[in-house]
Amino acid sequence: MVFFMKIGVIAIQGAVSEHVDALRRALKERGADAEVVAIKHKGVVPECGGIVIPGGESTTLCRLLAREGIAEEIKDAAARGVPILGTCAGLIVIAKEGDEQVEKTSQELLGIMDTKVNRNAFGRQRDSFEAELEVEILGSPFTGVFIRAPGIVNCGPGVRVLSRLDDLIIAAEQGNVLALAFHPELTDDLRIHQYFLDKVFNC
Amino acid sequence: MDFEKLRHGTELIKRGFARMQKGGVIMDVTTPEQARIAEEAGAVAVMALQAVPADIRKAGGVARMADPEIVQQIIDTVTIPVMAKARIGHFVEAEILEALGVDMVDESEVLTPADPYFHIDKTQFTVPFVCGARNLGEALRRINEGAAMIRTKGEAGTGDVSQAVKHMKQIQGEIRALAGKTKEELIMVSRDIEAPIELVVETSKMQRLPVVNFAAGGVATPADAALMMRLGADGVFVGSGIFKAENPEKMARAVVEAVNNFDNPAKLAEISKGVGAGMKGISASMIPVEEALQERGW
Repeated sequence: MVFFMKIGVIAIQGAVSEHVDALRRALKERGADAEVVAIKHKGVVPECGGIVIPGGESTTLCRLLAREGIAEEIKDAAARGVPILGTCAGLIVIAKEGDEQVEKTSQELLGIMDTKVNRNAFGRQRDSFEAELEVEILGSPFTGVFIRAPGIVNCGPGVRVLSRLDDLIIAAEQGNVLALAFHPELTDDLRIHQYFLDKVFNC
Repeated sequence: MDFEKLRHGTELIKRGFARMQKGGVIMDVTTPEQARIAEEAGAVAVMALQAVPADIRKAGGVARMADPEIVQQIIDTVTIPVMAKARIGHFVEAEILEALGVDMVDESEVLTPADPYFHIDKTQFTVPFVCGARNLGEALRRINEGAAMIRTKGEAGTGDVSQAVKHMKQIQGEIRALAGKTKEELIMVSRDIEAPIELVVETSKMQRLPVVNFAAGGVATPADAALMMRLGADGVFVGSGIFKAENPEKMARAVVEAVNNFDNPAKLAEISKGVGAGMKGISASMIPVEEALQERGW
């Protein structure tokens, strides 16, 4: 029996095609064979060996993930050890706890990472920026694209901090779950997607 | 943090913001309460306005940027991005909106143009801009001026989707026609549509606009929104369609769900049930050319 890997990008809203393209390029680069699928509805997440929750608007994403019944499926997958990558809004969606901005819109966070997040830690769009980052898992700087970016303000003992900017955590991992405050899918640098795929193919 | 090393307002940052809106619905709102309803329904952003286009059309006179007080209140109310409209060419209105903290400026034909010849030089701003277009030439001229996002003009405030359909098909058709053309043929297209050759070549290669392209101008029902997505829109602006509907809460939620299920007719049928009457509207063909908002801009 041929085992065929499926990797899902949650396609409710946001930078979906960018992640799909980045994953396909990263797979090609490493000579691996897997199908990358955009997930809009219930029923696909359980078949996937890796899940990406892209950037977009977290308030919107959380609402629709719950409405479509995908939220529970992602929680189950995370519990089974399936690698999960959350970027920007995705970092908020997978967190355990939000700030008052998140609380006031009564979003249901997935709580699969032991983190407390600040929704727009880096301000509004006029404050958005690019910067060269030191990320622990990478040997050389990575261009971080921060768009109305969130940050992790606090995390539990099981969380490994991978990068900080000022006093905010902007990249972290907890076992199979990886969270980034920035957008690797908006650059041509595939190293973070490769790191995620390492997790996918080793589990 | 070494703030010297942070690069703000780059093309990547501006276009990236627009990309985060993809697959979403952006709703016109005139009060903080409406903004809250839009956010609750799942809008990805709100457009803060003094009056929705249907009322602007009815009121006549000169339509200008919204009262900064209202824009500020809306910014303070919601967690999602807040956009606002500036008049075509009115770079000071745009600067004021940027200073308020607006996340994107719509240089919009819905307001009365402030400059009969020139659009705003959008490259001079940190805040990204969205602009309307009816055809590929207009779209690429706006991108060349620095627009990070394009939307069809449609005919705002009518509740008649026909003009948005026309403009979306026009742009898509012109892009398809670029495929397979030689460099010299593309140069000829560039002259004909009055758009820079670099952008014509890039569009030909990508077979889509180099920035996100939303539908706008007459979207009034969940089915309208799904139609625009089927035609290849990256997302949808709904102006008067939400708060001129019989039941704005239901309509807002239904439009969001329709965009997420645009390719599933059975689901769309469910979504469209019991949302109440859409805005009354007016057929775009009844509007004399001199009163058509889409004629504004060059």
